[in-house]
Amino acid sequence: MHFTLLIDILKFALSSIQRNRMRSLLTSLGIIIGVSSVIILSAIGKGSQALIEDQINTLGTNLLIVFPGSSNTGGVNMGAGSLNRFTIHDVDEIKSRASLISLVSPVVRSGGQIIGGGKNWNSEINGVSIDYFSIKNTELEYGTFFTNQDIKGRKKVALLGKTVAYKLFSDDNPTGKKIRIRNIPFVVIGVLKEKGQSQVGQDQDDIILAPWTTVLYRLKGDRYIDMINASSSTTNDLSAGKSQLTTILRESHNLSDSKENDFTIHNQTEITDTVTQTSKVMTLLLASIGSISLLVGGIGIMNIMLVSVTERTKEIGIRIAVGARSSDILIQFVSEAIVLSLFGGILGVLIAFIVTILLNSFSSFYALISFNSILISFIFAGIVGIFFGYYPALKASRLNPIDALRNE
Amino acid sequence: MAQCAIQMTDLTKDYIIGDIVIPALRGINLTVTKGEIIAIMGSSGSGKSTLMNIIGCLDKANSGEYFLDGISVMSLNKNETADIRNTRIGFVFQSFNLLSRSSALENVELPLIYNRNKSKIDYKEIAFNALKRVGLEDRVYHKPQQLSGGQQQRVAIARALVNNPSILLADEPTGNLDSITSTDIMKLFLDLNKQNITILLVTHDPQIAKYASRVLYMIDGLIAS
Repeated sequence: MHFTLLIDILKFALSSIQRNRMRSLLTSLGIIIGVSSVIILSAIGKGSQALIEDQINTLGTNLLIVFPGSSNTGGVNMGAGSLNRFTIHDVDEIKSRASLISLVSPVVRSGGQIIGGGKNWNSEINGVSIDYFSIKNTELEYGTFFTNQDIKGRKKVALLGKTVAYKLFSDDNPTGKKIRIRNIPFVVIGVLKEKGQSQVGQDQDDIILAPWTTVLYRLKGDRYIDMINASSSTTNDLSAGKSQLTTILRESHNLSDSKENDFTIHNQTEITDTVTQTSKVMTLLLASIGSISLLVGGIGIMNIMLVSVTERTKEIGIRIAVGARSSDILIQFVSEAIVLSLFGGILGVLIAFIVTILLNSFSSFYALISFNSILISFIFAGIVGIFFGYYPALKASRLNPIDALRNE
Repeated sequence: MAQCAIQMTDLTKDYIIGDIVIPALRGINLTVTKGEIIAIMGSSGSGKSTLMNIIGCLDKANSGEYFLDGISVMSLNKNETADIRNTRIGFVFQSFNLLSRSSALENVELPLIYNRNKSKIDYKEIAFNALKRVGLEDRVYHKPQQLSGGQQQRVAIARALVNNPSILLADEPTGNLDSITSTDIMKLFLDLNKQNITILLVTHDPQIAKYASRVLYMIDGLIAS
């Protein structure tokens, strides 16, 4: 193929599009709508996926939650924690021996009436160690975290969840204020940043965090720990970390090989994966709905190109008479279709950007445009152009020049 | 043989419409020497246009031999015949057949663009020279609608000449023109013929046929002797 000839044929294609601006725009409309809907819909999918992932991360990263086992006496299952609870010995064992576990915190759960700021509220109190803050991605709105010193000294200090702080002190900063938990005086040293609802709808801000020693020895007067939260250094270590935990806890509990675990370990990532998978499927579904409109747009191009071939029969006849090969005519019409669909593709991308910006600023949707969706829909638009432009172009290239010239 | 522009022996062409076979050419023997100007006359349906289409490589004969400039056209494939149309044949039609949305210059450039023997050269200059040859150098950027019938036919002739063909084929070139313009066009043909271009033209008009060096009469798909 002559390169200069190819350039000239492309010029023919461009000038014929230019001469029929209105028709060209209408032809591309299908592609414009198709491309923009693919990008917008997948941006909405991606956006909600990002929102969900953010929400999951508030629960903690690389989180492993260890629950105590249940007793099963005479067929009556007594539920979690009825048989063997954990002691601080288990936590220490994990801390010193589990190489893949970077953070570990006991969780001592208690609850009761809290009085402060002239009001009262019933909430849950979790006794934790300082690792807990990193495991759960906890951040502070006001004040400071408690320290290892506070834990050693069983200090009566408390960090209030946003909900608790609001119920007792409204919007004031309660740092330094005194509260009483089950009539035991505590000093508020900080307020936690809002986490919102968990995925099961539980308010993650209706909580008080205190040193685990204080909750265990001063509030509960007990020696058992209700659960253990741990996290691995990386996501990849999560399953290996889980088996390390299992081994250490079995040894710590002196379980013989024939006995089942007297605890269960929940893997946060498994839940995350499921949810992420679901939203990925949703994104794909949305994108495929968009693809259908892209396909319909392609059929629109084919229709107009067929009309255009009929309308320009004489032009085609003249071109053949002066020596154009069939392939020259074919290339001219296919390139017209490709140019139209790529033009539609560019406009579609622009429209998608505008709509996404509008969505993000004026609606509750959160849309996130991905480069991939632009690339894929653009390539797809080009393929649609070739595919649906080919048949009319073939028809044009096979015209009999004698009949074509007779056409008025 | 070198003098032969066209040599045809026993050329036949049938049109098949449904089950009916319509013989259009029934054994044409024709030799055209270079530099001739030939008028083909005959009633409609006598096969003039079919013969012109076959000479112009727009159509293929069913049987017989056809040599153009010594090339056996019957054995060429579609792309080769397209190239023959492009470089060796110039067509002039009764209804001019110009691209209505392109300027005179762009119309004349068209055969140059499809010419595969030329490397990238200045189309505009060659096209302009062809328009100059037909006396239209001051009308190059006019669209066909802005030109008179005679001028349009001159653009078509310039387009036919632009690749320096060996034969100019004209199918009723003056059919849509008044007598004065027709005379002008025929004078142009005579000028071109003097520059050693072989011309074949189909006409109904005996006045036009007078300009030819030889007149052929066609009756029922045969050339009358």
